[in-house]
Amino acid sequence: MAEEFALQLEGVSKSFGGLQALAGVTLAVRPGERRALIGPNGAGKTTLFNLISGSLPVTAGAITLFGRDVTDAPAHIRAAEGLARTFQITNLFPDLTVMDNCLLAVQALTPTRFAMLRPVGAYAGLHASARATLDSVGLEGAGDAVVKNLSHGEQRQLEIALALAGRPRVLLLDEPTAGLSPAESRLMAGLLARLDPAMTVLMIEHDMDIALELSPHVTVLHYGRVIADGPRAEVRRDPQVREIYLGA
Amino acid sequence: MIRRRAVFAALVVGALAALGPVMPAYPLTLITQALIFGILAMSLDMLLGYTGLPSLGQAAYFGVAAYAVALLATERQVGLLGCAAAGIALAAVTAAVFGVIAIRARGTYFLMITLALGMVVWGLAFRWVSLTKGDNGVSGVPRPDLGGLSLSAPLPFFYFTLLVAAAAWALLGLLVVSPFGLGLKGIRGSESRMEALGYNVWLHKYVAFVLAGTFAGAAGVLWAYYNGFVGPTDVQLVTSVEALLMTALGGPGTLVGPAIGAGIIVFLKNFVSVYTKRWLLILGAVYIGVILFAPHGVVGALRGRRRLGAGRVPGG
Repeated sequence: MAEEFALQLEGVSKSFGGLQALAGVTLAVRPGERRALIGPNGAGKTTLFNLISGSLPVTAGAITLFGRDVTDAPAHIRAAEGLARTFQITNLFPDLTVMDNCLLAVQALTPTRFAMLRPVGAYAGLHASARATLDSVGLEGAGDAVVKNLSHGEQRQLEIALALAGRPRVLLLDEPTAGLSPAESRLMAGLLARLDPAMTVLMIEHDMDIALELSPHVTVLHYGRVIADGPRAEVRRDPQVREIYLGA
Repeated sequence: MIRRRAVFAALVVGALAALGPVMPAYPLTLITQALIFGILAMSLDMLLGYTGLPSLGQAAYFGVAAYAVALLATERQVGLLGCAAAGIALAAVTAAVFGVIAIRARGTYFLMITLALGMVVWGLAFRWVSLTKGDNGVSGVPRPDLGGLSLSAPLPFFYFTLLVAAAAWALLGLLVVSPFGLGLKGIRGSESRMEALGYNVWLHKYVAFVLAGTFAGAAGVLWAYYNGFVGPTDVQLVTSVEALLMTALGGPGTLVGPAIGAGIIVFLKNFVSVYTKRWLLILGAVYIGVILFAPHGVVGALRGRRRLGAGRVPGG
């Protein structure tokens, strides 16, 4: 049976000591939906991603993934349920090659990750899958390069590759174009537009053009609360949103 | 790459085996000792160099295995296989228990907890006199027989040690290039990314910790037979620190480096101490020199020079 929602948040709150970063966020994302999560700096967008992915525990509320309550599940269990994420601040394995980075992502959800008595090179299936993932993000032929020697743009592409390698059902993209030049941003937008339509994508993006172009549905976060949620045209007209973004 | 390393390893082991019969007894016993500590240092390298876990308690697993062998061999006359199995199993169990406590912590905190756990073993060795004979230690451990072949002379024991060390090198070498080993390198790079990818980072580290303890146990078994005596000095902090120094000196994350580091330290200790009691001063100077001129250790520096153009780092 297909679940009605891929991802559901019910009154999710997060406090860091006296600071309330998120106050009762409720949202529901349908399977296959493209959703942009926007809001000014400090609105709590990345914190929300950290709660959804399990990097941080919630203070209150519930998180459901395809009908399964994962509120207390550790990050790796959520990943096994089909949740993948990228990081705003590039989070790769800098001392390893591009191929090894991708192999780590490909083998993560297979029993092979505990295999000890054969070299990684002996697993042709893993390599083929990793190579296909690298090709899909435009990193073909870069497999032997050490990640710390890549350009920032290539590292952002690899961020996406690592998230896609496990064939996730829900993908959280935390500012995929962070630090990219306008030209690189266009390439990234093209890459994101080609993602599997069956995949649910929740995206934080500061580049409003790209955010709205890729996502028909927009949620606006401000000081830890959802202040607007709906189709992009509607949100664009919302007076509160206009005030926050344009100060008018 | 892997094939080239396997050929290199086979050449090194072959050369050592060929040198055995032509070497005088004293250097031969020193090389035997270096091989034993080489296994200990390689076991630590899996934690420090590949996983990024700085353990300061590796002597604990080495020590419990050595005590198990010494007590079983002297008081129960148990043979080589029984002693080895008991020693390695006890080291694995000790690591399995200590790992539950230690793996919760990271970085310096992990270092401090492994240090404290190592001191617990030392405390037991020193104070549990009815079992361990306290400060006197367990002496008179006989060299064993292997299938009717006596290992009491230096040369047969050297070959036996070489065989065990080569097996440990091969197994650990395979492990660090396996999918599991790649996971360990991933943990060294970024734990948060590993969690997000779907790895149970705790479990991966725990398995590595127990395996490292098991290999340290194998070294401990050899040490009990080599030395013929096991005492609290074998499990004390200095032994753990020496293992850490061997690893850092030779090049963490290279496996062969720590074994070379073990050789350097064993030879320095035994040769320099003939001329001066202050051999630690010389060791300190060597260590500072390595930190200044080869921060990735001796092997790290050699590999770094060779691959400078390719931009590859040691341990990658």
